[in-house]
Amino acid sequence: MSTSTPTPSVVPAKTSPGWQRKLSHLVGPLVLLGPPGVWLLLLLVVPTLLILQLSLIPGIRPGQPIDGFGLGNYLNIFQPVYLQVIWRSVFFALGSTVLTLLLGFPVAYWIALMAPKRWRNLLLVSFVLPLWTSSLLRAYAWITILRPTGVLNSFLSTLGLPTLDLLNRSGAVFIGMSYSFLPYMVLVLYASLEKLDRRLLEAAADLGASAPQAFWKVTVPQTLPGIAAGCLLVFIASLGDFVVPELLGGASSMTVSRLIYNQFLGATRNWGLGSSLSMVLILAVSISIALLIKYGDRDPESFS
Amino acid sequence: MPPLPVNSSKPTPKTTFSIRASWLAAISLAVFVFMYLPILILAFYSFNASRFSATWEGFSLRWYSTLFNDSRIFAALQDSLAVAILAVGVSAVLGTLMAVGLARYRFWGKGLYRGVSYLPLIIPDIAIAVATLVFLASFAIPLNLWTIVASHIVFCLAYVAVVVSTRLSGLNPHLEEAALDLGATPTQAFLKVLLPELMPAIVSGCLLAFVLSMDDLLISSFTAGGGANTLPMEIFSRVRTGVKPDINALSVVLILGSGVLAFVAEYIRYRGDQGRSV
Repeated sequence: MSTSTPTPSVVPAKTSPGWQRKLSHLVGPLVLLGPPGVWLLLLLVVPTLLILQLSLIPGIRPGQPIDGFGLGNYLNIFQPVYLQVIWRSVFFALGSTVLTLLLGFPVAYWIALMAPKRWRNLLLVSFVLPLWTSSLLRAYAWITILRPTGVLNSFLSTLGLPTLDLLNRSGAVFIGMSYSFLPYMVLVLYASLEKLDRRLLEAAADLGASAPQAFWKVTVPQTLPGIAAGCLLVFIASLGDFVVPELLGGASSMTVSRLIYNQFLGATRNWGLGSSLSMVLILAVSISIALLIKYGDRDPESFS
Repeated sequence: MPPLPVNSSKPTPKTTFSIRASWLAAISLAVFVFMYLPILILAFYSFNASRFSATWEGFSLRWYSTLFNDSRIFAALQDSLAVAILAVGVSAVLGTLMAVGLARYRFWGKGLYRGVSYLPLIIPDIAIAVATLVFLASFAIPLNLWTIVASHIVFCLAYVAVVVSTRLSGLNPHLEEAALDLGATPTQAFLKVLLPELMPAIVSGCLLAFVLSMDDLLISSFTAGGGANTLPMEIFSRVRTGVKPDINALSVVLILGSGVLAFVAEYIRYRGDQGRSV
């Protein structure tokens, strides 16, 4: 890399005069932080600002001249058609978050507190192993299972049970999203449960608390930051997900991601609307992260 | 405060505890099955002779031979590998520099810099994809393989930096100082003391970035133009029209590939942990 020319090693810092020392103090940060900073500035910060600018030009389409600024694009979002899409995205994200919490908590609890100690790492690693495979192919696997002539229905009909029509409906999206993001939830919950002070559980039992009492009064409050972090992580990931609703949800399950996609690569080509939706999505995610930082890192003591 | 039972007999909580434990083990097992069953089903039907039905019509390798004679898939795999290797190569350098720089220096605007470096991990892919497209279009930069690489570097470098930062925060900060006191130049101290310590983190960060780059659909779709076609783009365009047995075969091949990668990554992490505890 041309950026790593080691100027500071040539200048012996201890004997150089003041201005030179100052310069050599600047060289280090510039060499280390300059190149990645420029890259992020050019391909992340400037593009995001461009999107912000586009979002403020009502109804702009590629190749059109800029025709005054305004909030038209943001007001446009409040049309029932688009509000419905946003509501559906939030609904999918919330539902998947609840499902992954319900499925993930027992697994994380079992691995962290019940499984034999030397198996813990291996169990955790094997649980998150599917994350290493393509997310497209994991969603595709559910198509082969859920489609009308798929694995599930041929299994049901051999048992003499009525077949289910799940593909291209909300149910399939919930299954697919929970499947995709469950490993994240388990990872975060495990990290939190592993740190749980077991003496508190013993103390609760010694003081006569029943198992459910100990669970709700000790375990849950102690791991609440982890639960919050896991839920927000899954919520954010599923809110912006494109692949699962697209492959499993069918035409009636358009989400915000797909709506934005259509404004740029689809037939609609309304860059202004797409940009404002994009900004709203970024805003929603930023608010979630701000909430996580505000409440997630808090001392667990303050919850009990 | 809940009322405390006076004579709490010891055996009762113990039996409820073990009942609870077996329930938990059963639920956990079921969720493990939930995680692996779809992948196993995918693999199983890649050996099915039938094209249309989910019923088993005998063992066959015909989908594998279809796959291996499919030049489009191979061209797409080539594009994906080129993008991932180039993006991860650049990100390994940039991400490590950034992590070390952020750990070492205090400067005005550091909080902002750090915040921006986390953005690619947080912002949904679609927002990054759209922004990059608008940026490239407004500077009339032609879309091809190189624009995919440039846009992948953004998130790859962020992931490498995060993994390296975690490792840096667990390192002894005096190691480098000791090297400097013993007469090493800053460059020598960096290359001979810090870099070897960071290597496991750099490699696992790179593996993570590689997997994410190979998996990316949206950012590639928006920055590819007509010139390039990555594997996720090719898979997506085929899969959305229905079930294709040769994609099942492809899944098996890719799962084996990512299994090897996952094994390497975990092994490196394991070795890194061992080294740290010594």
